[in-house]
Amino acid sequence: MSDVRVLVGTRKGAFILTSDGKRKNWTINGPHFAGWEIYHLKGSPADPSRLYASQSSNWFGQVLHRSSDGGNTWETVGNAFAYDGTPGTHKWYDGTPHPWEFKRVWHLEPSLTSPDLVYAGVEDAAIFQTKDAGQSWTEMPALRNHSTGNTWQPGASGLCLHTIMLDATNHNRMYVAISAAGAFRTDDGGQSWKPINQGLKSQFIPDPNAEVGHCVHRLAMNRSRPSVLFMQKHWDVMRSDNAGDLWTEVSGNLPTDFGFVIDVHTHEPDTIYVVPIKSDSEHFPLDGKLRVYRSRTGGNEWQELSKGLPAKDCYVNVLRDAMAVDSLDACGVYFGTTGGQVYGSADAGDSWTTIAEHLPPVLSVEVQTLA
Amino acid sequence: MIRVQLPFHLRTLAKVGSEIELEVEGPPTQRSLIDAIEALYPMLRGTIRDHATLKRRAYLRFFACEEDVSHDPPDTPLPDAVVAGAEPFMIVGAISGG
Repeated sequence: MSDVRVLVGTRKGAFILTSDGKRKNWTINGPHFAGWEIYHLKGSPADPSRLYASQSSNWFGQVLHRSSDGGNTWETVGNAFAYDGTPGTHKWYDGTPHPWEFKRVWHLEPSLTSPDLVYAGVEDAAIFQTKDAGQSWTEMPALRNHSTGNTWQPGASGLCLHTIMLDATNHNRMYVAISAAGAFRTDDGGQSWKPINQGLKSQFIPDPNAEVGHCVHRLAMNRSRPSVLFMQKHWDVMRSDNAGDLWTEVSGNLPTDFGFVIDVHTHEPDTIYVVPIKSDSEHFPLDGKLRVYRSRTGGNEWQELSKGLPAKDCYVNVLRDAMAVDSLDACGVYFGTTGGQVYGSADAGDSWTTIAEHLPPVLSVEVQTLA
Repeated sequence: MIRVQLPFHLRTLAKVGSEIELEVEGPPTQRSLIDAIEALYPMLRGTIRDHATLKRRAYLRFFACEEDVSHDPPDTPLPDAVVAGAEPFMIVGAISGG
């Protein structure tokens, strides 16, 4: 029977939760990197024993670690992230030019085929890659050098590149999302990038239909259908059936369409999950009741999933990188909260159990299904 | 030997105790001292000073002989007592909670 390993990044360290395929009893290992902010840790699809972790600290900057034994031991790898050439400026919150400054790695996306190739999404927004298992990092500068780059403005958490998605059927195609610039796609392995924000409407920017400037919180896809994308935007849940060329809103009957996470069922590409959050000013569940919403129709028709989740007095948030799915049958779904809980469902969301609690605020959740 | 006291998280990262001892090539200054620290403990590169600008990280301070030497030019000679090993060079993280 397969095992499951849940990788949890928190404000004060990383935790590794493991269970067998029944996903009933969990062992918590950690904290790893105690005291450090772990924005993200993720395993290589090509070698599940290979993990990468991003540590960040206002005091000591960016540190990266690599494990070759599933997180039992870690070694420090390269942490020099130098923008290509003279980076120039983007827009600051007040619209004035602001120099591009590296702050931290938000997201690590290991290649689907090589454990030594990893992409990193960073703040201020750029994408880097390593081909030597993290020892050295090189910017893929065409994204930041896009003609709109000097107009990008940060979201509340900074100008962060937080989502990277790889197309398993086309190694030249990749998607990224930046708060608050929007979504971008490359079809030539990063040599050029195209904003893919048509159809998005953002009332908080001067032109709600602008080419860039949208606060995209998260993208998701099912690997078997990589041209169908889902998006949790600042407000609005969106869907694209043509690799992001055009988006349509699928918020449907959601009680609120603000939120951060979105993910797709591993085996049912039209089954998607979101966690509605009350508003952009009140980052907690509506009515203090934590609920996941699932659509089995690719959006618009949503079903509340609350069995096993707090029904009252719950005022946590679920951050953008803090939901993941495993590849077992039935599909497991996991998410972490800013209150330090990690919830898991072994039945595709029908019911939930608390698989960890009292952790520091959860920043990211990833899952590995181990043979 | 020059003695250097590191903050907790850098000790953990470098897998050392609260104090390290090291030799410095050439005239002992803040710059040559941190060069030596980074050569001996590569995992600390970028954590004390920025990779590119080589400026001290804003949340760190340098103390020597009960003086705050954070803003001394990097090529200022270290105090004699630090060079002699009688006093440690202290790298201190800003005190803040959370």
